[in-house]
Amino acid sequence: MTLAEFIAALDLLAAEAPARIAAAADLDAWTEVRNALVGRQSGRLTDIMSGLGALPKEDRREAGQRANGAKAAIDDALEVRRAALAAAAPASGPTIDPTLPARARWKGAVHPVSLVIDEVVEIFRELGFTIALGPEAEHAWYNFGALNFPDDHPAMDLHDTLYLGEDQVLRTHTSPVQVRTLQQYPPPVRVLAPGNVYRRDFFDPSHAPMFAQIEGLVVDEGVSFADLKATLAHFARRFFGAGTKTRFRPSYFPFTEPSAEMDVQCGVCSGAGCSVCKQSGWVEILGSGMVHPAVLEAAGLDSERYTGWAFGMGPARTAISRHGIPDIRILYDSDVRFLDQFTR
Amino acid sequence: MNISHEWLARFVPHGRDAAAVRDLITAHVATVEGFERLRADLEPFVVARVVESERIPDTKLSFNKVDDGSGTLLEVVCGAPNVTVGARYPFARSGTMMPAGFRIEKKRIRGLTSNGMLCSARELGLGEEHDGILALDTDAAPGTALLTVLPLGDVRLVIDVLPNRPDLLSHLGVAREIAALTGTAMQRPAELAALGAVPGAPARGDDQVRAAGLEVRLDDVADCPQYGAAIISGLTVGPSPDWLKRCVEAVGGRSINNIVDATNYLLHGFGQPVHAFDATKIGGDTLVVRRARAGETLVTLDGTERKLDPSMLVIADAAVPVALAGVMGGRASEVTDATTKVVLEVAQFAPRVVRASRRRAGLSTDASYRYERGIDAAALGEMLSLGAALIAHVGGGRVDALLHAGSAPARRASVTVRPSRVALLLGEIVGGDEIGRLLTSIGFACEAGSAGALDVTPPSWRHDIAREVDLIEEIARLRGFDRLPDTLHGARPGTVPDHPLFTAYRRVRDALVAEGLHEVRPLPFTSGRAAGPDGADLVRVSNPLAEDEPFLRRSVLDTLARRAEYNLNRMQGDLRFFEVGTTFTAQGRALPREEQHVGLLVMGARRPVHFTEAQPPAFDEWDAKALAGTLAAAAYPGAEIAMVPGESPILWRVQAGGVVIGEVSRLTLDAPVWAKPAFGVEILLGEMPSTPVAGRGGHAHAAAPARSRAAEPVRYRALPVTPTAEFDLALLVPDAVLAAQVESVLRTVSGPQLERCELFDEFRGAGVPAGSRSLAWRLTFRHPERTLREKEIEGRRTLVLKTLEAQLGVRPRTA
Repeated sequence: MTLAEFIAALDLLAAEAPARIAAAADLDAWTEVRNALVGRQSGRLTDIMSGLGALPKEDRREAGQRANGAKAAIDDALEVRRAALAAAAPASGPTIDPTLPARARWKGAVHPVSLVIDEVVEIFRELGFTIALGPEAEHAWYNFGALNFPDDHPAMDLHDTLYLGEDQVLRTHTSPVQVRTLQQYPPPVRVLAPGNVYRRDFFDPSHAPMFAQIEGLVVDEGVSFADLKATLAHFARRFFGAGTKTRFRPSYFPFTEPSAEMDVQCGVCSGAGCSVCKQSGWVEILGSGMVHPAVLEAAGLDSERYTGWAFGMGPARTAISRHGIPDIRILYDSDVRFLDQFTR
Repeated sequence: MNISHEWLARFVPHGRDAAAVRDLITAHVATVEGFERLRADLEPFVVARVVESERIPDTKLSFNKVDDGSGTLLEVVCGAPNVTVGARYPFARSGTMMPAGFRIEKKRIRGLTSNGMLCSARELGLGEEHDGILALDTDAAPGTALLTVLPLGDVRLVIDVLPNRPDLLSHLGVAREIAALTGTAMQRPAELAALGAVPGAPARGDDQVRAAGLEVRLDDVADCPQYGAAIISGLTVGPSPDWLKRCVEAVGGRSINNIVDATNYLLHGFGQPVHAFDATKIGGDTLVVRRARAGETLVTLDGTERKLDPSMLVIADAAVPVALAGVMGGRASEVTDATTKVVLEVAQFAPRVVRASRRRAGLSTDASYRYERGIDAAALGEMLSLGAALIAHVGGGRVDALLHAGSAPARRASVTVRPSRVALLLGEIVGGDEIGRLLTSIGFACEAGSAGALDVTPPSWRHDIAREVDLIEEIARLRGFDRLPDTLHGARPGTVPDHPLFTAYRRVRDALVAEGLHEVRPLPFTSGRAAGPDGADLVRVSNPLAEDEPFLRRSVLDTLARRAEYNLNRMQGDLRFFEVGTTFTAQGRALPREEQHVGLLVMGARRPVHFTEAQPPAFDEWDAKALAGTLAAAAYPGAEIAMVPGESPILWRVQAGGVVIGEVSRLTLDAPVWAKPAFGVEILLGEMPSTPVAGRGGHAHAAAPARSRAAEPVRYRALPVTPTAEFDLALLVPDAVLAAQVESVLRTVSGPQLERCELFDEFRGAGVPAGSRSLAWRLTFRHPERTLREKEIEGRRTLVLKTLEAQLGVRPRTA
């Protein structure tokens, strides 16, 4: 090959290039044109350049310069065309129907009873409570005796008990955790004890043989009924809303004295009386009371020095009332169509 | 306890309406659960005004135009002589149900239409008056409901009396509280004014007494401390007087006859269970209070023959039991229409023996309910006199004799209450005088004790006062819980650390909900069928709710599998749920070993349907394995998690820090054909110890664990500054060789510069000999300080291949 032939080939390429570049209608076509003109594997310019080595030494410099010039011109034209095509093309590649649904994942859900427990725990955590737990299969002493239940007394009839054997029960309330905790840790004690409890109650719309309970316990020097009332009323306002009214009425639990039930004003009728509150205007929320000195003594504490208060509530009752669940059994059935209603 | 508002007011003329009494009792005494107007049947009656009235000739009838507030005057025919134009009367519109049980209909009388009825007092069930219709002394507009104009009818208050307050199981007992709360004096109900006086028969401590031909003997005064009997003759059994009927019906009872109603009057009015025997049916003129003998039987009033045994206390005549003491009388000695002479039993039985008899017989009665909780034993003599007089009065007979065996109770021991303790417990200073006033108002006797304290003796009807705090409760409730202070004081932080099982539960729950799983909280009872050959470890409930599920589960997956079947029965096959729950394993006579487990179950679609994937793949082993890994990592943070192959149906055993904590398995369900395979994971979260913390009355504070700091923080590692080098290995692996074995060799031989070792392909088929599969790994190396040389990498590759061939017979797959 001579220099003249080399230059002629370059000129031919330079002459053809603008039309071919202009003919590229989209970015794919542009890529083909670029590869055909200046591609490293099989581009025309690469072909021509491969002849460079065959030229006489003295011609190579000029040939190289010309080739570079031709390449720069083609590259410039290619870039102009690419920019024009890119500007014209839709921004996100191939067209989509943006109204199609996102790729879905299954959503999980926390059980509605756990949601109530979470909320209660959250409120009492703000007040410095920590979480204590205890076994569900319990010694009768922790479940009854240590909690001041008199032996063979009608007070025992308040709890229909499932027995596991001599002096062994499925705990009928979370109150055994009071005694276990007080035996293990010195006052001050401020704990919340959520857990499952058992009763020999057959299923009906508002009873189940197993249900969750949340126990609360405060024991220290100088703790009074005023602390009980203030803390539980605060809880009610945090849980049910700022304006929630509460009332305390006398009750009886062997392990507290004085014992009090706490009601909140019925949210359905605002206290006027309706079927939800059985015309009373109030809805029972929890049982509470000052820890009976016999309980402190059962846990080896000096009942003159220490006083305390405790409460117990049933989150399942709260759950069925807040979600409008007609039958408590639904909470246990584990029907996926029910659980799905609580996805987040 | 049913309390009649009217009856209560005859004990204590408090002058308050029923709603006010309800609120007072609920606030200070016990919860009033029910508020029932007994004359709800009068609700449809309205006030009507007679506008015109003319007599119908030759009859006693009048033809009237009546304004009932409906806007049109109604034509009403009336038979009463006292219809007065302009006056207001109770009116029953057409369609109204009358108290007597018939419906008022529109009807034709002598060619005239009558559209309703003007009513007399008797027609309304308000009395016997039937001289004419009831003129109402009211200006109320016609159409006003009658009940808003007249305070008609009694109200029944249903009080939830708890086991500590049996004294509230009578009108007398509730009246005492109302008297104290309202400052009203108690009185003897007016209906008892006409009773003759019966001189009392005080108990003198004899366990055998005799009078008027009857002998009463107490076998054991521990079972029966006192037994009173009245012999009343010349009786006529018949209907009760109206006042007595009303009392019985007001508390929800049914009037039977004058004698039985009188015994119920004493029960509900004064809280004293009594029983009347037909005196002629008592053999040998003897009543013995003794334990039943083995083999004895008794047909009780309800007609049931009951087998007796020595745990039960009976009243017997000379030969056979005639009553189950404190529970129910016998049919053979029942008062009948022919009875003319009765023995009235007014006794005190020990709570425990009545409780034992009641439970043994499976028969709870108003009497046993009160005896189990305790009656006012000091009032027994008075009740005996009153009961005898009442029965003689209503039955038209005479009291022949009273017998009273046994002893009246000793005066109760006093309890000291310190005002300082009251202030500490209630958060409010209550003066000694005020404490004395409050306690005295409900029958407690208060004397000044030492250092400002009061020595307080509870009345005989209170069995719940044993210590100071019992008195403080009385003070608190009498003042009113709602009036006690509710100031919040600062609190010292507690010493109890969060229970680790609770924090672990929260971590696990968050992780699994994030994976799209639903939390469930099912019951832990099981049939035990799934337990397999070692079912002996199952814990059995002694008195199970259902005989087909008498056991407590040992595995959470057992429960979840049943819940899955429940869903499959409802055509729900895409299931993903988990439970953090308790399992129980029997340990001989000790309490079961109790563990917190996490179980999860997945089956059906791995993802919801999407247009890019009409049929999403079903959950498979690899999903279960991944979930197990996620779960184990959340449960055992920081521990190295490994999955060790298991034997069917267990796919893998899950290890944390080298210890097996659970397993992944393929589940066998009772499933319909369309159901997809189900996979389960169950791991141990931790043990819940149930051994006693300390002895009874003791503590273990010295051994209390301290509240500890959070887990070790993550340490920062310097970010790499050198490049990686990598190569792929496509290997022919004989079927007998596991991927984990190959990977183990890869990791050991590759040396410390191996950064990642990732399996990226498994292939069987063309180019791969039968009995083998192709597995491909990508190995990535990095030297922390310099770029690795080509030769080093090549050397590593050669060594790895040589070792694989030598140890496992694995060779590279050649193209």
